[in-house]
Amino acid sequence: MENYLYAIITGIAAGFISRVVMLRNDHRNYPTYPHGHLTHLSLGFMAAALGAVAIPAIAEEDYTAVTFLVLAAQQFRDIRNMERETLNRLEETKLVPRGADYIEGIARVFEARNYLVIFSALITSGLAWYLNGIYALAGAVICVLFSLCFMNGSFIGDIAEIERGELHFEGSLLKINDIVFNNVGLPQVRKKIMDEALGVIIKPKDDNARLTLDAFGQRMAIIHDVVSILGSKVEMDEKDLMPMARKDPDKGYLALYIVANEPDLEVLIEVIKKVPVLESSYNTTLKTFSGRKAAD
Amino acid sequence: MDIGLYGIILAIVTTAEADRIYGGACPIFTAYEDKEKNELSFKLARILGGAVHDLGNGVHIICRHH
Repeated sequence: MENYLYAIITGIAAGFISRVVMLRNDHRNYPTYPHGHLTHLSLGFMAAALGAVAIPAIAEEDYTAVTFLVLAAQQFRDIRNMERETLNRLEETKLVPRGADYIEGIARVFEARNYLVIFSALITSGLAWYLNGIYALAGAVICVLFSLCFMNGSFIGDIAEIERGELHFEGSLLKINDIVFNNVGLPQVRKKIMDEALGVIIKPKDDNARLTLDAFGQRMAIIHDVVSILGSKVEMDEKDLMPMARKDPDKGYLALYIVANEPDLEVLIEVIKKVPVLESSYNTTLKTFSGRKAAD
Repeated sequence: MDIGLYGIILAIVTTAEADRIYGGACPIFTAYEDKEKNELSFKLARILGGAVHDLGNGVHIICRHH
């Protein structure tokens, strides 16, 4: 009995710690603090408990318990739906939305992190059950580090180079370099844009990156992250100052325009570099034979 | 949901001569000079919740974007 308790508590502790480590609160303020955090920590605790009891249940040949555990683990699929629903509702009140791809990415990450928690708890409780505390501790540390590695995807800074773009008007057409953004009719708005707007060029490093940046969801994610840090002067029913990203169809680069509350070009470039590449937008065409052949 | 500008024309403001203006589905406001055209466009845009676009031939269109 004590052995069970020991293995289960060790597993729960390892799983819960990995969930705490994976729960980040940054500029995106999602999950919201404190209640969003509380929800995810509670779910993380349940996931850890599920993972931790699996090995003792198998060892006791209690296969009914194991079957129920598998059924319970499937419930974590609902986390994705929960996140998707919440974020989609929030979209309705946002001037600059996240976009469906970003929401799907976030929802997927929350679901996957609970599976990582189950995995950490399972490994740690197994080691505690069959070996001893030292192995369990080492296993827990490795599992937490493994979970952290899984968290780190690639960023826009890895796949593209970002530099200042030449923002100018050609008549009433707002342009960055040679990409046309918008037609701005009023002279006072044109002056405001010339005085305050920032423009950058995002140049993909290869054809994979070019296709990734082509994805509309990825562009929306970039804009959303930039606005969440630098702010935007866009107002309801006054869409002249709406931040936008447009691509040059021939050269493949992307231009981004924003009238930010904090017009700091260096920060803008840094923020864009740290925007995550979305799983749904990530493209690996150069890994295929046809893709390489088409690119040469 | 999309970030971009797409929409419908809510009003047209123009300095064009009367003989160049024909009826249509959209209200047309005339102005004598550019300054008046800009002011009219600005006010209409704020009232209607639209953005002003300049077609370059003395015509402003006010579009609602979503």
